[in-house]
Amino acid sequence: MAKTHVKMSVNGRAVEALAEPRMLLIHFLREELGLTGPHIGCETGHCGACTVDLDGRSVKSCNMFVAQADGASLTTIEGIRGEGGAMHVLQEMFREHHGLQCGYCTPGMITRAFRLLQENPSPTEEEVRFGMAGNLCRCTGYQNIVKAVMAAAASMQASQEAAE
Amino acid sequence: MTEQEKPESVEARAAKVQGVGCARKRVEDARFTQGKGNYVDDVKLPGMLFGDFVRSPYGHARVKSIDVSQALAHPGVKAVLTAKDLEPLSLHWMPTLAGDKQMVLADGKVLFQNQEVAFVVAEDRYAAADAVDLVMVEYEELPVVVDPFEAEKDGAPILREDIAENLDGAHGKRRHPNHIFTWTEGDAEKTHAAIEAAEVVAEELIHYPRTHPCPLETCGCVASMDKVNEHLTLYGTFQAPHVVRTVAALLSGIPEHKIRVISPDIGGGFGNKVGVYPGYICSIVASIVLGVPVKWIEDRMENLSTTAFARDYWMKGRIAATKDGRITALDAHVTADHGAFDACADPTKFPAGFFHICTGSYDIPVAHVQVDGVYTNKAPGGVAYRCSFRVTEAAYLIERMIDVLASKLGMDPVELRLKNFIRKEQFPYTSALGWEYDSGDYETAMRQAMEKVDYAALRREQAERLEAFKAGETRSLMGVGVSFFTEIVGAGPVKNCDILGIGMFDSCEIRVHPTGAAIARLGTISQGQGHATTFAQILATETGIPADRITVEEGDTDTAPYGLGTYGSRSTPVAGAATALAGRKIRAKAQMIAAYLLEVHDGDVQFEVDRFVVKGAPERFKTMSEIAFAAYNTPIPGIEPGLEAVSYYDPPNMTYPFGAYVCVLDIDVDTGVADIRRFYALDDCGTRINPMVIEGQVHGGLTEALAIAMGQEIKYDEGGNVIGASLMDFFLPTFWETPTWETDHTVTPSPHHPIGAKGVGESPNVGGVPAFSNAVIDAFRPFGVTHSQMPHDHWRVWSIAEGLGLHG
Repeated sequence: MAKTHVKMSVNGRAVEALAEPRMLLIHFLREELGLTGPHIGCETGHCGACTVDLDGRSVKSCNMFVAQADGASLTTIEGIRGEGGAMHVLQEMFREHHGLQCGYCTPGMITRAFRLLQENPSPTEEEVRFGMAGNLCRCTGYQNIVKAVMAAAASMQASQEAAE
Repeated sequence: MTEQEKPESVEARAAKVQGVGCARKRVEDARFTQGKGNYVDDVKLPGMLFGDFVRSPYGHARVKSIDVSQALAHPGVKAVLTAKDLEPLSLHWMPTLAGDKQMVLADGKVLFQNQEVAFVVAEDRYAAADAVDLVMVEYEELPVVVDPFEAEKDGAPILREDIAENLDGAHGKRRHPNHIFTWTEGDAEKTHAAIEAAEVVAEELIHYPRTHPCPLETCGCVASMDKVNEHLTLYGTFQAPHVVRTVAALLSGIPEHKIRVISPDIGGGFGNKVGVYPGYICSIVASIVLGVPVKWIEDRMENLSTTAFARDYWMKGRIAATKDGRITALDAHVTADHGAFDACADPTKFPAGFFHICTGSYDIPVAHVQVDGVYTNKAPGGVAYRCSFRVTEAAYLIERMIDVLASKLGMDPVELRLKNFIRKEQFPYTSALGWEYDSGDYETAMRQAMEKVDYAALRREQAERLEAFKAGETRSLMGVGVSFFTEIVGAGPVKNCDILGIGMFDSCEIRVHPTGAAIARLGTISQGQGHATTFAQILATETGIPADRITVEEGDTDTAPYGLGTYGSRSTPVAGAATALAGRKIRAKAQMIAAYLLEVHDGDVQFEVDRFVVKGAPERFKTMSEIAFAAYNTPIPGIEPGLEAVSYYDPPNMTYPFGAYVCVLDIDVDTGVADIRRFYALDDCGTRINPMVIEGQVHGGLTEALAIAMGQEIKYDEGGNVIGASLMDFFLPTFWETPTWETDHTVTPSPHHPIGAKGVGESPNVGGVPAFSNAVIDAFRPFGVTHSQMPHDHWRVWSIAEGLGLHG
């Protein structure tokens, strides 16, 4: 199949490649770029394991062709870092509050939470539950993920206030 | 040097060691939160090809011809395997764990929808998927059987022609070509006599529907045959990697020492990843034939419709009692729908698993069970979905039957349970069906639960709500569901538990390095349970080496000692025991080294958190780090250098975790929506290794119980079409539907386990499902409802109200 030329920015790095136009974005990220953080859980857009951040929105990369991401700016879990390359506060809080078990949904969860907290820096528990309902977890029962996201929001708010 | 340092308190040192009881943060999380996990689909080897299946669109059909020519001509396609290609290797069928055999690729006919027919191998996933559509298969449709009660009727189509004439099954005589086995336990005569003579008998046909473990990561593997060295490496989503290695050796003829099986990080298992699937066999064969690595990863629809369903038990229960509520007998007859091949994952001698734990937490004088397995045109499986073998079915039966009996007696279901509990002083207790319960204190747990939820207040509120409903002031009914479960986990004693002839022991090997850090390897494999964190805690307590200085490694058969894997809550009861005992071997040798270094007799030193101390002279001691270094640099007469130990543990008995769960919900009778207002879970898993991890396990298991009780079902229509095998239809609760769980505990240590632990991961699934069901049915109890089949989705709940005329 004829390949198409795609250019995008992934985790701050310029990427240029030839890809089959029908190739799914998740396959491009995982197999062409070796970014295996985002996972495939359903290929139907229900589970959110493949969530990445595209031009400031959370998207399910199993439901997009790579060709549709041409010109976009993407962040995957590999690009979510704290200051100086340390763990991001969300990553720390997921660990602190036992917000993960098998880890398979975790990159998608954190990537979604990363965007949620930019959309709404101090969400209520209900807003976290609603805002993350597109990401499924089979291990944790969500309770500790909610705690982790709320704790990260509080911590990020506190650092921002300290900076101001 | 240490002796000169400022002495640290015992408590401060214990806190540094992070042993049993500490809510230690997980060591796995750094990689998982940063996208650096290594799951099977992340494995990428040079020259690797992708396999994909051609699957049957029919539930039952003869395969008249398969034409692979167009597929082979497609760019990028390297091979297409059919049963004809596998037959010369005798791999067109494979043995199942249940003593049956299963087609790897359709051999003349197909027996369930989506059955594997041909395996296409191509350069990438896309080319393989294209070529799947180019394989031309001609089918002749045959009549389908999806109802297990129809399977043995006269005129029912014969499904398994391969064994139609052979009525000697793996578990005794078969009475019909579609019958698999009859298995019984208990005293039928006495039980039936007790039921005949009883003052009250309650009876119910209870269905535990077909469901699926549905881990977020599907099943898959990468097979890599090194033809030069005749060495096979197999990466895969295996809950029992050593067993997979042995099976691969037996099937392929490759000697076992030339096979390395690696379970990398596993994205949830819940029983789905115990079995051996056609995808594994086909990938291995393709790699052997083509000489390059072959990857196979199933998609979600394939996962839900072909690999390892769970449950599908039709249970006819009869429970007898005196008028004042003393239970006198239990009889259960199960029709078990096993699908097209008996691929249940149970210990060999137990075709219905440990279903005979169905007398539950109650002192029932006589009992009898019979389980009849039958073939239908459905996918094979029958795995323990987050439970020990058929234990969740058993717990569901008894916990539902108790409520049915309570209704019939007009008694409160909690009062009925309290009246019939096995009492604390009766342990160890031998049940009417032969199990020896090791320990328990049911009454204390139940009373604690009732107090915490204020059960009496809940019942008062419920009565008020009912009055308001009858008065037309509300359209909502309130339900309170209680379950009190006893599990049987930790398979198991080698004398009666084996998988394919291999005893169900487990193992741990420890190497302490010269600097006092260590690596431990186990025969189990974590799928999210956090073994790398918790097993290090067991070792920290036993050896005094801080948990942060112990690496726990699992899943590589070339390095880990042989073990039977992780399922049935067996890791802590079996491998956890092996870990403690291996730690004790290290400690015993360390004691001799310490005594030598301190120039006293072995008996004159004692272990204290992280060191050996001279009795009566606490200022004289050797830390474990000092001892480890001495083990490698000091010649000690009569003691070999090094500090290593291995332990294989054959458990003397199973363990019996228990718990009391309470579900409170409000049902909108006009929509059938059940709003779960409160769920309280008290678990007694014996000694608690890591409370944080335990609570996480309980949250997750309860969420699965919610899913099973309220919405999950793998359903087939009359034509044998599987309905709803995608996440569009198969219910996985989201953040939005999932309530906040309340957890609590009591601690009754197992008397036979080295550290008293019992296992916990599966309790919430086992105990949770009946609590939800009992709550839904309890809401309608005042209207005479005693039972309603799961799942209690909105339509079914609405239908109960409609059937009762509550919609006016």
